[in-house]
Amino acid sequence: MTEAFTSRKYLRDMSLPFCVGCGCVTVINHFLRAVHELGHKDLSKFVFCSGIGCAGWIPSPYFKADSIHTPHGRSIPVATGVKLLRSDLNVVVFGGDGDIAGIGMGHLVHAARRNLDITVVMVNNMIYGMTGGQVAPTTPIGTKTTTTPYGSFEQPLDVTRLVVAAGASFVARWTTAHGEQLKESLKKAVATKGFAFVEAVSPCPTAFGRRAGFKDVAETFRWYRDNSVPLEETEKMTVEELTSKIAVGEYVDRKIPTFTETIFKTIREAKKSEKTN
Amino acid sequence: MTSKIIPRTHFWQGNEACAEAAIVSGCRFFAGYPITPASEIGEHLAWRLPQVGGIAVQMEDEIASLGAVVGASWAGAKAMTATSGPGFSLMQELIGYAFMTETPCVVVDVQRTGPSTGQATKGGQGDVMQARWGTHGDYASIALSPNSVQEMFDLTIRAFNLAETYRTPVVLLADEIIAHMREQIIIPQSDQITIINRKKPKPTDKAFFNGEDVAPMPSVGEGYNVPITGSTHNEYGYRFTADRAVHKQLVESLIGKVRNNSEKIVDYESNNFDDCDVGIVSFGCTSRAVYETVDLAKKKGVTVGFVRLKTIWPFPEEAVRNIAKNAKVIIVPELNMGEVFYEVERVVHGYVPVIPLNKIGGGEMITPEELLAKIIESVKKVD
Ligand SMILES: Cc1ncc(C[n+]2csc(CCOP(=O)(O)OP(=O)(O)O)c2C)c(N)n1
Ligand code: SF4
Repeated sequence: MTEAFTSRKYLRDMSLPFCVGCGCVTVINHFLRAVHELGHKDLSKFVFCSGIGCAGWIPSPYFKADSIHTPHGRSIPVATGVKLLRSDLNVVVFGGDGDIAGIGMGHLVHAARRNLDITVVMVNNMIYGMTGGQVAPTTPIGTKTTTTPYGSFEQPLDVTRLVVAAGASFVARWTTAHGEQLKESLKKAVATKGFAFVEAVSPCPTAFGRRAGFKDVAETFRWYRDNSVPLEETEKMTVEELTSKIAVGEYVDRKIPTFTETIFKTIREAKKSEKTN
Repeated sequence: MTSKIIPRTHFWQGNEACAEAAIVSGCRFFAGYPITPASEIGEHLAWRLPQVGGIAVQMEDEIASLGAVVGASWAGAKAMTATSGPGFSLMQELIGYAFMTETPCVVVDVQRTGPSTGQATKGGQGDVMQARWGTHGDYASIALSPNSVQEMFDLTIRAFNLAETYRTPVVLLADEIIAHMREQIIIPQSDQITIINRKKPKPTDKAFFNGEDVAPMPSVGEGYNVPITGSTHNEYGYRFTADRAVHKQLVESLIGKVRNNSEKIVDYESNNFDDCDVGIVSFGCTSRAVYETVDLAKKKGVTVGFVRLKTIWPFPEEAVRNIAKNAKVIIVPELNMGEVFYEVERVVHGYVPVIPLNKIGGGEMITPEELLAKIIESVKKVD
């Protein structure tokens, strides 16, 4: 890899729409670095799908690539249709925690169960950013949001563990304070055959940071660092100790049959038996 | 069955005819979720599509089904889903998306009795207005209404052709009765069947949306770097979420594709006597009673003309207006509480009385006797 990295070669010449300090920009940077380090000179071997939300704007239309900006939560089904027709392309989904794990949850679990060969990057800012800071399925209990003014009273969902249980090939979680690790996991995710899921815990200074009591993004980053626990260490910890901690690391990296492998094998065999019948 | 269907007379079920027609149309992707009375379409295609190099998948719900169809269409495939009322309701979100993104696709709605789970196995015609206005915002619909197994075949092919021509979702608005009955169907030689494929761009093209004519459609992975969005966008696909002019231009052009071509899209069958006592406007399964009723009425000395809607949307306004000119009264029989009736009233605009004949529940058809009774009663009223 001789060519130096510049995000410009992958981005359209337009200014990004995100607030100052938004983690979406960090995620774009690490993703494009990953793509660069994998040796892609451009994004011609990629199709991006995303739903509605700030994170849904990551590829659309800023990436110099084909991008399908779907209704809220529907990026994964659309990606399914694309991948089944064009299994030669890297299909990558970006979305917020609300988009992917709230309204789109059913699709996420089934895509992981099928081990559909796509990459899903969930930017988890623990809030509904675009709509102004309502509670999300990932919001820590007790957090004051616009729809939980007295504090959230719901258990947040550990989306990463859920995707592991559903049967994905590759699953990792990092925060945007873990730049290098996040980038490395994104590389692995894109290269994975099968369903790859990367959760990037990410600041939303506008709609979350303020309410959670963070002065600025630097403080959010400190909080990420102080509260992140490497996955290996979590085994020794009690449930209480783990509350409000972010368990980071690569959860699984396993070779299991993928959806496109299985479906095309089945079709080939059906055709063969058709001939011999 | 070999992978090619043999051009001759077959004895098929309506759903089977629809599925085979999809294959003839070039459909190579089906995604669906099981539901009575549409399941046979997905089952048949799950068996048949792999034989012709296509893919059929069962998704987790109807939203995902149409989502996958939209994705497959943008990846270059002709794609279809099939459902019934409850699933059709769930699909409305993506029908709007397909309209907004100019994604050709076919949605089969085999109508059953609603609302909600209603009478799941019984036929009905209650989704007419949903096929027109089901999704939110301003849009235009194309919906076709078959009344025989033959038309389940012919109109499925037409649905694909219209979807590809106008880059828009097209609804085949079937019903349980037509979908589940078996009758003779003639499959013509393949050179007798017109198949239309979407217009592809030239390598130098950059505008793929919202053209005065239907814009050419690239596929993903062809190097066009096309941004596709359900948000308001310009001809290059870039989002404009606040600009009034861009929105107006976009939506007017999307609706215009259908409205300005409605003469080409509209299709109907009519038997329109110059001077008839009664005119009947019908569609789908209900229209099957009309032919016999015309003869029964003749024996009673009443002349009956009819228009049968093969496209429900756009609505065949001219044909309905014409029969209103010739008849003294119009009757609209349908298996719902009145849907096409209101559209006929709108078009006829008080020129002659319009009388509904509604029947719901149990999947029972309107019989020629019931229709005749309504005819006699209506003739007396206007005399
Ligand atoms: C069907 C539907 N419901 C609700 C909305 C409104 N909406 C837009 S974005 C959003 C949530 C955004 O949160 P998230 O997905 O976490 O993304 P973020 O903006 O935080 O990146 C909602 C509820 C919508 N666009 N569509
Ligand atoms: S609202 Fe939050 S998530 Fe959205 S752009 Fe601003 S900081 Fe980012």
